[in-house]
Amino acid sequence: MNRYALWKYIMIAVLLVLGALYSLPNFYGESPAVQISAAKSTAKADAALLGEVETALKQEKLAYQTAFLDASGVKVRFADTDAQLKAKDLLQGKLGKDFVIALNLLSRSPDWLRSIGAQPMYLGLDLRGGVHFLLQVDMKAALDKALERYVGDLRTSLREKRISYNGIARQGNTLQVKFKDAAERTKAQEQIEKNFPDLLLKEEDAGAEKALSASLNLTAQKRIQDFALKQNIQTLHNRINELGVAEPIIQQQGADRVVVQLPGVQDTAKAKEILGRTATLEIRMVDEEKSDPTTLQNAAKGQVPFGDEFFIERNGVPVLLKKQVVLTGDYITDASPGLDQQTGESVVHVNLDGRGARIFKQVTRENVGKRMAILLVEKGQAEVITAPVIREEIGGGRVQISGMANVKEATDVSLLLRAGALAAPMDIIEERTVGPSLGADNIVKGFNSTMIGFAAIAIVMAGYYLAFGTISVIALGVNVLLLVAVLSMLQATLTLPGIAGIALTVGMAIDANVLIFERIREELRNGVSPQAAIHAGYDRAFDTIMDSNITTLIAGLALFMFGSGPVRGFAVTLCIGITTSMFSAIMVSRAMVNLTYGRQRKLLKLAI
Amino acid sequence: MELFRIKKDVPFMSYAGVTSIISALTFALAIVFLAMRGLNFGVDFTGGTVMEVAYPQAADTQKIRATLAAHGFADATVQNFGTARDVMIRLPIKKGVSSAQLSEQVLSELRKDTAVEMRRVEFVGPQVGEELFSDGFLALLLVSIGIMIYLAIRFEWRFAVAAIVATLHDVVIILGLFAFFRWEFSLTVLAAVLAILGYSVNDTVVVFDRIRENFRKMRKGSVAEIIDNAITRTLSRTVMTHVMTQLMVFSMLFLGGEILYYFALALTIGIVVGTYSSVLVASPIVMWLGISREDLIKVDKKQEADALP
Repeated sequence: MNRYALWKYIMIAVLLVLGALYSLPNFYGESPAVQISAAKSTAKADAALLGEVETALKQEKLAYQTAFLDASGVKVRFADTDAQLKAKDLLQGKLGKDFVIALNLLSRSPDWLRSIGAQPMYLGLDLRGGVHFLLQVDMKAALDKALERYVGDLRTSLREKRISYNGIARQGNTLQVKFKDAAERTKAQEQIEKNFPDLLLKEEDAGAEKALSASLNLTAQKRIQDFALKQNIQTLHNRINELGVAEPIIQQQGADRVVVQLPGVQDTAKAKEILGRTATLEIRMVDEEKSDPTTLQNAAKGQVPFGDEFFIERNGVPVLLKKQVVLTGDYITDASPGLDQQTGESVVHVNLDGRGARIFKQVTRENVGKRMAILLVEKGQAEVITAPVIREEIGGGRVQISGMANVKEATDVSLLLRAGALAAPMDIIEERTVGPSLGADNIVKGFNSTMIGFAAIAIVMAGYYLAFGTISVIALGVNVLLLVAVLSMLQATLTLPGIAGIALTVGMAIDANVLIFERIREELRNGVSPQAAIHAGYDRAFDTIMDSNITTLIAGLALFMFGSGPVRGFAVTLCIGITTSMFSAIMVSRAMVNLTYGRQRKLLKLAI
Repeated sequence: MELFRIKKDVPFMSYAGVTSIISALTFALAIVFLAMRGLNFGVDFTGGTVMEVAYPQAADTQKIRATLAAHGFADATVQNFGTARDVMIRLPIKKGVSSAQLSEQVLSELRKDTAVEMRRVEFVGPQVGEELFSDGFLALLLVSIGIMIYLAIRFEWRFAVAAIVATLHDVVIILGLFAFFRWEFSLTVLAAVLAILGYSVNDTVVVFDRIRENFRKMRKGSVAEIIDNAITRTLSRTVMTHVMTQLMVFSMLFLGGEILYYFALALTIGIVVGTYSSVLVASPIVMWLGISREDLIKVDKKQEADALP
């Protein structure tokens, strides 16, 4: 009666072993480390870099534990955070801007564990320390900007077809074009509908004049919003690289928000400043007359000719640019990597809006054969992205920039161009920052309170329910083990309320066992034989356990759906904990009881 | 060891009248407190900035207040938080100022005096605060409805109604106490309240389960007697479970640190009140709604009929 089939024992044993294996990485601790990855396509994190790093460290007599190369770059482990920080400064100085040097905490778990996919739990920011931002993209600004562009474009288009109009003005979300009569208006409507499919046209009568109101149709609006969001996310990616954060999270949230999480960041002021930066693009002409080797060399040393500025291009070539700005990034609507039709080389395709195309046409007409430089200006610092040669007059607003080394460089350059032509500003609407000392504190406090609570429960259960109580405590331990293993496998975020959730699960898991044991006691009191009492206890209590756990699960699921951040961590541990507790309270404890009492035919007394 | 060898059923239902009046009174009181004093909403719901800073020695809150007022932060609240060295500063939302920069400004002002360590900063913009508030409310609503539906299916509609009334009674009492003592009501406290919702229903379900079993087994006996028996029989389980959970929650309350303090407090109150409500609020309601053996047997027969192929 109280026997489990062999397969059940085996299944429990297998699950136990798996649980132990997958929760093991959490006990190895972490070592402070430095992670070096490539910031530009021209740089590569490879064996040569590894050698360089090791030599540099040895030269400065900075002791390190191991240095190795993996998919995300070169990683070096140190014994303590002092050595880690010194190493970061040293390597930053030696390797320069080509590489991103980030502080990181690497788990000390051995490789064989990692090869089966066992990793330590993913700690939330309130346990690790770090910064969490929620940014909102000003969609209205993006739409406004887009609409503004149409003012110029419509003017050009109507003028080309010699359709006369009385004026174009922007009123809120729409553009109003006035005509002197309905005939012109109809011609204009045809023209606009043909050339600008994004606009929704409506005939209006503005007093005595006939007018057309144009607004962006819904698909266009959505497209612009999507684009603005994605562009902003890309920009954030690039900027956050500067901070040297090891595992940043940048994600879209909803239609117009971005979540940024920077674990381990201590300098929050710098993070906020970098995120709030605006970048602009400038196009200037290269000063060809003064670009001979000697002048360039002198300029590098500080003797810059009047009216010029000295820069070094991304690929390291020095260049002198005229100070005058020919075109700004406002006119760039898009930039994307591509392939030249004829040569097959990697190129960058840039789209300019109406006004920009006109200016560009003029500039290229006047400067065939000369070089034009595109600069990215951020907070006073300018960087020359590329300086191609103007081969011919370029009209139509579609520009192809060639001379990209490979596809990756084309992608990088187009990203930078898009970053400069930022569609819409972003606001920080939520911030949660936890300093590292508080993070470590929280872990200790959470862990200790859970452990002590567990110990208290263990003592009471063992004292009140004797042998069965002890079995239930072991089952409780299994519950926590499985919970930790599942959290590690899923890489679910563990937060401080999450630890509280684990504690609460322990407190509630014991309920199932109490139900079973109370029922066994009652059956014994009614005169049922011990074996039958055990059976009845587990059998009858099962329904009740199911009902009560499912109701708590409902609460947990609602919390998961509506919660955010730390509260969501609580919901996750609660829900997973309930599931594991049902398994351990019913199956695992039953297995142990069966092993202890099941075989005894003449069972007379139960230690309960 | 056994503490609950009760030979005769405790006549709980005969006290139903008295306990219900007490419950109704406390419920009404809680509502009054909520209405008059309102909840002390944390920055999660109101928006604004909260900063926790640590000084190397005991902090002089007066001086901090003066420094802040002198630099345009006259409406900041400054108080000790846990130890004498930890200070919590709350800044309400300022129109026109980029609030994300506020915390940096404040920190740089404070750093001019002594080496201050930033432990934690939380800034919540006004619309995020509103969203969290409405999300929390929705979650509460959803859980209540979900649980009601589940109980109506598993037991019977009278049980569902009784369970929800008892559970909402618990929630209101907790909120009333928070309003009375002006304890901070943050997002984590709301999470605790939702967890208590689930836990309290959990409790009520155990009693209901036993009531249903009794209806099936006990051929004679009035409804009140059956319920009394059910409660008496489950008393030991109820007390033991609550003692265990309470042990864990106390551990969190005293050792879990400041951040979890109000969370653990809400849980503690919830567990105690929840026990009381499962026994002395839910069951009388079921009785007064007119539960009878036929209602449950009908449901059973239907469930059996459904289970047949």
